[in-house]
Amino acid sequence: MLIGNRGKYLGIIFGVVFAALLIAQQSSIFCGLMSLTVSQIRDVEGPAIWVMDENVQFVDDIKPLKDTELFRVKGVPGVDWAVRFYKGIARARLEEGSYEQMILLGLDDATLIGAPQDVVLGSIAALRTPDAVIIDEAGYGRIWPNEPFRLGRVFEMNDRRAVIVGITKASRTFQSFPILYTRYSQAVRFAPPERKVLSFVLANPEPGLDPQRVCQRITTQTGLQALTRSQFIWQTIWYYLRKTGIPINFGITVLLGFIVGTAIAGQTFYLFTVENIRQFDALKAMGTGNGTILLMVLSQALNVGLIGYGVGVGLAAGFGWWSQTTTRLSFFMPWQVLGLTAIAVFVIVLVASVLSVRKVLVLDPAIVFRG
Amino acid sequence: MPSPDPPAPTAAITLRGVTKEFGSGESRTRALRGVDLEVPYGELLMLIGPSGCGKTTLVSIVAGTLEPTAGTVHSLGHDLTAMANGRKVRFRRENVGFIFQATNLLPALSAVENTAVPLLIAGWRRQQALEVAAAMLAQLGLEDRLTSLPNELSGGQQQRVTIARALVHEPRLLVCDEPTSALDAENGRITMELIRAIAVQPDRAVVVVTHDPRAYPFADRIATMEDGRIESVKVPTDQS
Repeated sequence: MLIGNRGKYLGIIFGVVFAALLIAQQSSIFCGLMSLTVSQIRDVEGPAIWVMDENVQFVDDIKPLKDTELFRVKGVPGVDWAVRFYKGIARARLEEGSYEQMILLGLDDATLIGAPQDVVLGSIAALRTPDAVIIDEAGYGRIWPNEPFRLGRVFEMNDRRAVIVGITKASRTFQSFPILYTRYSQAVRFAPPERKVLSFVLANPEPGLDPQRVCQRITTQTGLQALTRSQFIWQTIWYYLRKTGIPINFGITVLLGFIVGTAIAGQTFYLFTVENIRQFDALKAMGTGNGTILLMVLSQALNVGLIGYGVGVGLAAGFGWWSQTTTRLSFFMPWQVLGLTAIAVFVIVLVASVLSVRKVLVLDPAIVFRG
Repeated sequence: MPSPDPPAPTAAITLRGVTKEFGSGESRTRALRGVDLEVPYGELLMLIGPSGCGKTTLVSIVAGTLEPTAGTVHSLGHDLTAMANGRKVRFRRENVGFIFQATNLLPALSAVENTAVPLLIAGWRRQQALEVAAAMLAQLGLEDRLTSLPNELSGGQQQRVTIARALVHEPRLLVCDEPTSALDAENGRITMELIRAIAVQPDRAVVVVTHDPRAYPFADRIATMEDGRIESVKVPTDQS
């Protein structure tokens, strides 16, 4: 019946498309932002356990530890290996005399655990040379825009010379500062002087041991906070969800999409039902039960819901692809976003159809005979 | 002691003391005032009378779409007044064919799909329902318009699709509400001829509500209503 009225049919689909697009797009941008907050945890491959001060709430909330904490962690039964990891913000003075804030990551001198995996120019091994740093390619482009990659560039941090020996790919961060990788011993010299400088201890459990259980042992034995990689990622995300207005801002837009979509679809569905009330009534008079009528309306709702969902999510994905290639907008569409959008669309068409069909369900079939 | 089986009904429809009131208190309206009526099998009964006399109310009660306030209604051997709503829906689905004043065809469905609706409601398989519906339309001379949408059909053709839809599931009671009012003289005559030829069978009954005097000659009897009562029941004559 609905398909027979092209205007209304397209109207409802438009409402659902609008809602699906807005919900999927805004949720994906939100997920993109959240993924930026944990990109540095994800980029550090190898260690399954992150050990830190007990009051650390998220990855950028650095509360330095004493260097000796490394040995206490190493001493916990079940810990296969543990290394130092420095993370901080350094101010670099460039050759031209300008200053630039940079994220400084100090890797264990011996093992270089946590080093970037995808080096574009130069090599990780070059980090062992004096004053060596590796910079991420986005950061390089930000400091020296439109200039070709060149190794050997020199700048200063904390009055100490740093030489670029490599350029690597790295995930974008929330602060979007350039990322510098260097050895731990070098990093503490680049950083402003502090009594305690160790940011994290990265560790791995012995083969066959559950990382979570080893984390519990580390916490019990050292009093430090020990989290698995996944726990630390979620702890960071939850911090941003709780302590910032980001989820509220995006939530409002998603809610708006939901409400507007429901309103458009609901109103059009209602008009469609009212316009076809005589047909529905004739069906009821002919012996169609309320269950069958409900099924008819719901199947049509499902039809427009599926089309609207497909088009809306497709447009959102297209927007994501476009934004990835032409803008710096963060966009990440995990399957959960698709699931959330599907649920929202389902609720929209369900609410719209049930609200409109209510009129039909209470309809007296005798009305069909009354002119 | 179990009650004996009810005797086989001699009349398709029997109404005894049927009244119908709408509203309550001061706004109460009495649409029917103690109607007694019998419609035997094989008969086409026409209900005529001025607007507001209770024809539509009476035909709604006969079809099982409206509850009387008082009185008894037996239709095709079933006591409709004692029937629960769910069973009444099933009764209509299985036993009653409807021809409405407005055709009420579903605009998105083709002629053959519209005709198949009662069969689909009854749970027939789609293909089988469409085949039977196509045969019914062919009987009504619409074999070349099977796939036409309602808005592609003339008024007369639409009414023929409505007749096909009303009869496709071989109902034992056909209820028609002003079947010729929207048609010109020629199409009105054809419609009544088709109803007379196809619907009037020894095991069926037809009740037609009409204002159209051109339809009167097609009736076996004509019941004239006035102010909620049946004033007279007559066999039509050439002058009627």
